[in-house]
Amino acid sequence: MKEVAGWALNIATMRGASYADARIVSQRSRALSTKNGKVGSASDSESVGFSVRVLADGAWGFAASDDASRASVEATAAQAVEIARASARVKVHDVRLAPEKPVTAEWTTPHKIDPFTIPVEQNIDLLLRVDSELRAVAGITLAETNLNFNREEQWFVSSEGSNIHQTKYSTGAGYAAYAFAGSEIQKRSYPTSYGGQWQNKGYELVEELKLVENARRIAEEAVALHQADQCPEGVFDVILDSSQLGLQIHESVGHPIELDRVLGMEANFAGTSFLTIDKLRTLRYGSDLVNVVADARQEHGPGLGTFGFDDEGVPAQCTPIISNGLFTGYLSSRETAHTIGENRSGGTMRAEGWNRLPMIRMTNISLLPGEKPLTLEQLIASTDHGILMQTNRSWSIDDKRYNFQFGCEIGWEIKNGKRARMVKNPSYSGITTEFWNALDAICSRDEWTLWGTPNCGKGQPQQVMGTGHGASPSRFRQIKVGSAYKGN
Amino acid sequence: MLTRDRAADIFDRIKKFSSADEVEVLFSGGKFALTRFANNTIHQNVAEENYGVSVRTAFGGRTARASTNKLDDESLRRVVAASEELAKVQHLDPDLLPMPDSREAAGGLDQNLTGEAPVSTQALQSSQTLPSRHFSETAGITPELRADGVKKIVGVALKHELTTAGIFSSGESVEGIFNSRGLAHWHTQTSADISITMLGADSSGWQKANSPNVANLDPLALAETAAKKARDSARPQQIPAGKYTVILEPSAVLDIVGFMFWDFAGMGILDQRSFLNGRVGTQLFGENITIWDDVAHPLQAGSPFDGEGVRRKRLALVENGVVKRLVYARATAARMKRSEYKDTTGLIEATGHGFALPNEMGELPQNIVFTAPQNTQTVEQMIASTERGVLVTRLWYIREVEPFEKMLTGMTRDGTFYVENGRVQHGVRNFRFNESLIHMLSNVEAMSVPVRASGEESFDMVVPAMKVREFNFTEVTKF
Repeated sequence: MKEVAGWALNIATMRGASYADARIVSQRSRALSTKNGKVGSASDSESVGFSVRVLADGAWGFAASDDASRASVEATAAQAVEIARASARVKVHDVRLAPEKPVTAEWTTPHKIDPFTIPVEQNIDLLLRVDSELRAVAGITLAETNLNFNREEQWFVSSEGSNIHQTKYSTGAGYAAYAFAGSEIQKRSYPTSYGGQWQNKGYELVEELKLVENARRIAEEAVALHQADQCPEGVFDVILDSSQLGLQIHESVGHPIELDRVLGMEANFAGTSFLTIDKLRTLRYGSDLVNVVADARQEHGPGLGTFGFDDEGVPAQCTPIISNGLFTGYLSSRETAHTIGENRSGGTMRAEGWNRLPMIRMTNISLLPGEKPLTLEQLIASTDHGILMQTNRSWSIDDKRYNFQFGCEIGWEIKNGKRARMVKNPSYSGITTEFWNALDAICSRDEWTLWGTPNCGKGQPQQVMGTGHGASPSRFRQIKVGSAYKGN
Repeated sequence: MLTRDRAADIFDRIKKFSSADEVEVLFSGGKFALTRFANNTIHQNVAEENYGVSVRTAFGGRTARASTNKLDDESLRRVVAASEELAKVQHLDPDLLPMPDSREAAGGLDQNLTGEAPVSTQALQSSQTLPSRHFSETAGITPELRADGVKKIVGVALKHELTTAGIFSSGESVEGIFNSRGLAHWHTQTSADISITMLGADSSGWQKANSPNVANLDPLALAETAAKKARDSARPQQIPAGKYTVILEPSAVLDIVGFMFWDFAGMGILDQRSFLNGRVGTQLFGENITIWDDVAHPLQAGSPFDGEGVRRKRLALVENGVVKRLVYARATAARMKRSEYKDTTGLIEATGHGFALPNEMGELPQNIVFTAPQNTQTVEQMIASTERGVLVTRLWYIREVEPFEKMLTGMTRDGTFYVENGRVQHGVRNFRFNESLIHMLSNVEAMSVPVRASGEESFDMVVPAMKVREFNFTEVTKF
């Protein structure tokens, strides 16, 4: 592979590129799903190709091909330089890269069981057992399950001398039970919605999730929601479970700290950010309890944002994002680091595959657990009147990441420290900084889960990336609840 | 580019490598390039070429799929083996049908599915044959030509003291399907997109257009319109949330109505997850709403066959507010005919809207065309007749809040204006809406001539601008 990369870098530099890197990527994935007792999809796919990214005349060019013959590689590299020169026709400043020491390295996702070694029959049998448990509950009208396995092997070689071979594994598993009755559809998912839990692990993740053991309870909750009262509208203390809080972090912390958004580079599609650079180390993002990090290192856990090196060859790092409530850091790249006074990239550039350009992506953006021991049950017990919300059902936020609204699958009204009743269709809304400043309790490490978001979309052409979000259940004081249903 | 002849050769090799009862191969890929700009600078500029084969094998009632983008014999043998191994361990699926032959796929008609037959693009009436969607001028766009287009857009931004961000993309794609019962279809197409955001200190404006023919795109006109929106919405004022008459430009209509078409899948009824369960044949929307799915419409794009190679039929999904038809893959139609819903879901037949098998979702109408009412109005006429309302350029981050009343939430973005006494008064801070699609399409007071619209929340459609009463804004954001 180094030879293939060498062909590309050689041509790029000969044609005048001041910097070039090549990524050769081989991806393999398996997707299995069931629906109402039958296999819904069963597919294997592989995609292999390479890309060349260059700087020429102070501007970027990028070209990719699935044909790794020498002629194709050299033509693609030349095309990347030609594209860079076209870019230079419309530029204000030359691109400058923060320095990065070249590195030769190997890195592989730690995993116990290669998921592709598990027989497909075993996978399907597991999903059908879950399906059977779900549909054993009267009132369930639709049961869906899924298993997903991915392996990505990448060789990164740069004109500065880096040579990195990295292999990443990820696994996802989950299910949902729907109950349609009258004029209402209710749904419960496990371990969370939209594909379940995802981590950079092998098949051992599936074994840890206890999928079958939880299926009956989840299905019963979906049916029970039809008898539940509508979640009240008003201002309440709100407790979010850790999966919903993970998505809250993703949308109202993870995206606004992307420095490319802040600098206007995503203005046409994903939007910009309220976190303008003057807010760095001055904005009170949240209450004193709020500590958020962007941590791509393995020691943070097996999140979808865990790796050895990013796709610019920068080692995984931990960046403090919110420190005791104060906004302290952005997600940056070699191109953007200087705009915040940094002389090194934060190591967050990732590409969806061989044919996509690396861009700033969330790594593992996690709310650190509370330091004092606190379980979810203790948190509920200390709440006079509030709503506990679990498992995301809908999510929406404006293009500067101020105003958000989330809906959850199930809620519980808490009165005098106890779950008084189940409520359906819970939702809450707010303004990002007001919301995080209303946080007054975070459960401790035992309740902390590193959730995976496998479907984060960004960029043009759009790229889908996996991100990680660690969180413990937390309480937010005096939050607007139920406005989603107001006026309808 | 991958040609039909080469694809046929690859299919022949795959057939030889396979021991399955039946084999189907999908081909897809092409060349694609995108020039991206922000802060008046081209900051990303990419090109790629990639072709893939996706092999479905079937043994009796068992089927599965494997895909690769490596087309050498060894890789093809491997992908066939992977598909067969997966298929053999599936449980028997009693609903799985034999692959269609050419006659069945054509719906019993001798239809041209090649996409080669020329028809006039002047007439906005559909034709039985598909207009050519491959334009050499689009296929031949170079990085320099895209940069020239961006330069013009930046020039408009500088003239208006704005900064601009956006894309200019172009591509050439192929799509094909061959199966062991003799079915063979091939489609080639070009596409070009321009999307422009103009940014002021406290405002923004946006425009986007897409066409198979780049000659239909005018970067200067799009840039000037986006710039005018940014300038006119400067110093936005906050007005309270509440129910307003809204004038939704075509992209905003597309953004929101796109969320209902998954529910027109027959599979959605069988799964009881569609908001049309129990509502087919009823007056669900206003009488002025008529919606077709029509792949051959001159303003539409895409191939004329579905994931099994079945010809896409032209269907009236909604007529005068009444939901008339659902779309069906072959197996879904067969299941529906045996189901308890068979007498309440209109005409049941394979309509050519199925996804590649195996899949869970069934089918989707993807060539949506709204019918113009007799008395169309321009957006300007809608504004002139509005006493108090809000003009919306586009919507953003729309998600379903409640699936059966089809209640959606989302934000306005990039050009939201207060209208009073028949005139646009000023820009306003953006709103969050929580609105039922059923309610919205029951309250349409006026529509423009439908146009091909492009957005970020849904696939491209032919939709009008709409004036809608009592649209429910629930919150205001900070800009």
